[in-house]
Amino acid sequence: MWLYALRRLLMTIPILIGVTIICFILIKIAPGDPIKALLPPGATEADAARLRAMYGLDQPLPLQYLIWLGHVLTGNLGMAISTNRPVLSEVTRAFGNTIAIAFIAVCLSFVLSLVMGVIAAYRMGGLVDRIVTALAVFGISVPTFWLAVVFVIIFAVNLRMLPATGMGDSDSGSFNYFRWDDFKFALLPILALTLTPLGIMMRTTRSAVAEILNQDFIQTIRAKGMSEFQVTVHAVRNAMPQIVAMLGLQLGYLVGGSVLVETVFSWPGTGYLLNMAIMARDLPLLQGTILVLALAFVMLNLVVDLLQSLIDPRIKRS
Amino acid sequence: MRLRTLTRLIGLAALTFVGLGGMAARAESVLTVAMTAADIPDDTGAPDQGYEGYRFVGYTLYDSLVEWDLSHSDKVAEITPGLATDWAVDPKNNTRWILHLRKGVKFHDGCPFNADTVTWNFARVMDPKAPQFNARHAAFQGAAIINIASVDKVDDDTVAINTKGPDSLLPYDIAEFFMISPCRLKADGYDYTKFMNNPSGTGPYKFTSLVPHQRLELVANKDYWNPKRVPKQDRLVLLPMPEASTRAAALLSGQVNFVEAPSPDTIPQLKAAGMQIITVPYPHNWDYQVRLDEKPFSDIRVRQAANYAINRDEIVEFLQGIATPAYERLISTQPWYGNPTKYEYNPDKAKELLKEAGCVPCEFKVAISTSGSGQMQPLPMNELVKEQLEAVGFKVDLVPMDWNALIGVWLGGAKKSGFDAMNFSLAPIDPVQGILKMNMTKYQSPNGSNWGNYSNPQVDEWGNEALAEFDPVKRNALLTKINEQSTKDAGEIFIVHDLNPRALSPKLHGFVQAQSWFQDLTPITVEP
Repeated sequence: MWLYALRRLLMTIPILIGVTIICFILIKIAPGDPIKALLPPGATEADAARLRAMYGLDQPLPLQYLIWLGHVLTGNLGMAISTNRPVLSEVTRAFGNTIAIAFIAVCLSFVLSLVMGVIAAYRMGGLVDRIVTALAVFGISVPTFWLAVVFVIIFAVNLRMLPATGMGDSDSGSFNYFRWDDFKFALLPILALTLTPLGIMMRTTRSAVAEILNQDFIQTIRAKGMSEFQVTVHAVRNAMPQIVAMLGLQLGYLVGGSVLVETVFSWPGTGYLLNMAIMARDLPLLQGTILVLALAFVMLNLVVDLLQSLIDPRIKRS
Repeated sequence: MRLRTLTRLIGLAALTFVGLGGMAARAESVLTVAMTAADIPDDTGAPDQGYEGYRFVGYTLYDSLVEWDLSHSDKVAEITPGLATDWAVDPKNNTRWILHLRKGVKFHDGCPFNADTVTWNFARVMDPKAPQFNARHAAFQGAAIINIASVDKVDDDTVAINTKGPDSLLPYDIAEFFMISPCRLKADGYDYTKFMNNPSGTGPYKFTSLVPHQRLELVANKDYWNPKRVPKQDRLVLLPMPEASTRAAALLSGQVNFVEAPSPDTIPQLKAAGMQIITVPYPHNWDYQVRLDEKPFSDIRVRQAANYAINRDEIVEFLQGIATPAYERLISTQPWYGNPTKYEYNPDKAKELLKEAGCVPCEFKVAISTSGSGQMQPLPMNELVKEQLEAVGFKVDLVPMDWNALIGVWLGGAKKSGFDAMNFSLAPIDPVQGILKMNMTKYQSPNGSNWGNYSNPQVDEWGNEALAEFDPVKRNALLTKINEQSTKDAGEIFIVHDLNPRALSPKLHGFVQAQSWFQDLTPITVEP
């Protein structure tokens, strides 16, 4: 298994190079450039040229990429053009902020989807199943940014229970999840982020558990006189590899940051950073963020794969 | 004895209670602003994020030698003494300005302000060999220093600015150039990323903390050199909130108490909730700049037709009154407005002119953005303008692009753009930006803001005369003539001027909205 893990890790290198090259080319094809985005309307071409040289943007394209790659190999992600701060510190901060809400959102959707999915599987076709399925369809189809705005209107504007936007109260130096005045800022983004994975995972759990409940061995263990609770445990354990695979994917998507939810709530995570980098055509920032995200996505998939073989020894990774 | 102890305890408790109550009554007053910017502007002394950056992290933390008088809302803001108490051109040499500096001013870190700090600050953007040289600052403020050849110290309290040619409008240029503390930057090892986290200026607010992308916090500078402008709040918190609906929600939920540019559709709801909606005319021109060296707009009749075709009142109504009709670049309270030709809505005349010019249907391609600083509501507004133009015989091809791409079209100039027109709102705040750089041939893109290559030898002559005319009355007369002429030439399609709405919590008092892109937040008091 360790050999498998190592091989998978080595395979990430071409993936990362591929991703960064595509990103590099795309941002170059898009009209506009980072220096022009930065300068005030009265600026002259000479001002632009000087800044362009400062950020190495006057070099030929392939050379720009190679220089960037060389810096990355020495652990230097460069300076963000739009903010004039080191890319590494920008990405680390944003990544931490996104993980914080994404992790809670995934845990929440995992637990809820498990409970509701299993109940729905048992009551297939019944009223409970219909309600749960309707909720799942709602979760999948409703746009999260719309939901985010609705949450703001209900909880911030009408009820005045939670803040509308931002991250953290101005009295706290840094965000603290164990302090209500800070944590209340995270609640609405977490709720908005939870709904989509909840819907998707609930449907996966429902169909996986229902399928297992129809299998012969369930009939056998029931015949042996096992309690219905024990039967459920058996069914869920058998459905777990499928659920975990879906869980990994969902966590991957959320780590990438929800551009829309983070923008609506001004939550400075990776989605917010990506959006900012694209709008400002800030290549070093975009490349750095994409690199870290691609790495995280690949690692998450690996962890999920390994976890699956631990849960179900029939799935061999070798 | 016990009774006495008990009485004392009760007395003590009562005192504590009263004390706490008293403290609560004197609670810190905080002005929390929701900006439209997507990020916190650069706080190191050369703001980005357009004039919003200057408004909130420029004139708050820093001062310039010449400042804007933002204390009135009934007349347009004009320049006033800042860190320089007075200025005049050298009677023997009209390319040398002498400025007397304010004495006894100190930076927030205690560093003294004097002639040396002024020359040091100009070297920050002019001398690439100086340790404090900052290429970003130089690029951001290049336009302000473009006519400056050198800056010398005359004595501790006097500096001289030498210009490349006679420049009677220099005071306007340097009104956007801030003085930062040399001591602090030196202590930071000339590292601007460190200075960013602890900047020091001479302004009415002092830096306290910066959480990147989240908020910038400033406190009142109780020792500010101008006692009239010591802030009447204790703290100023600045939050970036690019989404208009989020800004409105933040105000309604009490999270902020000052909101920039609420969208017109949220205004009725904000008003119903008791918020103060404040608007004021200011030089913010929402227009179509046109390419004048090529058909169709090289023909003055086509330009006039386009101006006659615009039903400005309809656009103002659509915007729920947060704009006023524009018949020229400037607003009527500016001293150079004059008595310009007014191309009022007249669709019949527009049709006639187009027929006369032989341009039927008169096709043109215009670059517009989907959003962006000062662009108001670009998509629906442009659709309306298109409809009005097409009603008289134009055929308009709107090409939407994101804000960044539109900036590229602007900076490259019309010739390289492939467009006949562009919708790019501008800030004609002073005669340099609003008149000379828009109309003189030498400022054609990429050397200035004359995007469409307007060129009129008479205007160029008046412009050069104005730059060498140090009598303000005579100079203003020349500048007025230029403005009147370029309006008569229909140098662009005039549409509306923004009224810059702001929404304030009913608990805020004392705000005077200046007719300017910049605002003075210091007089605002915050009710608990």
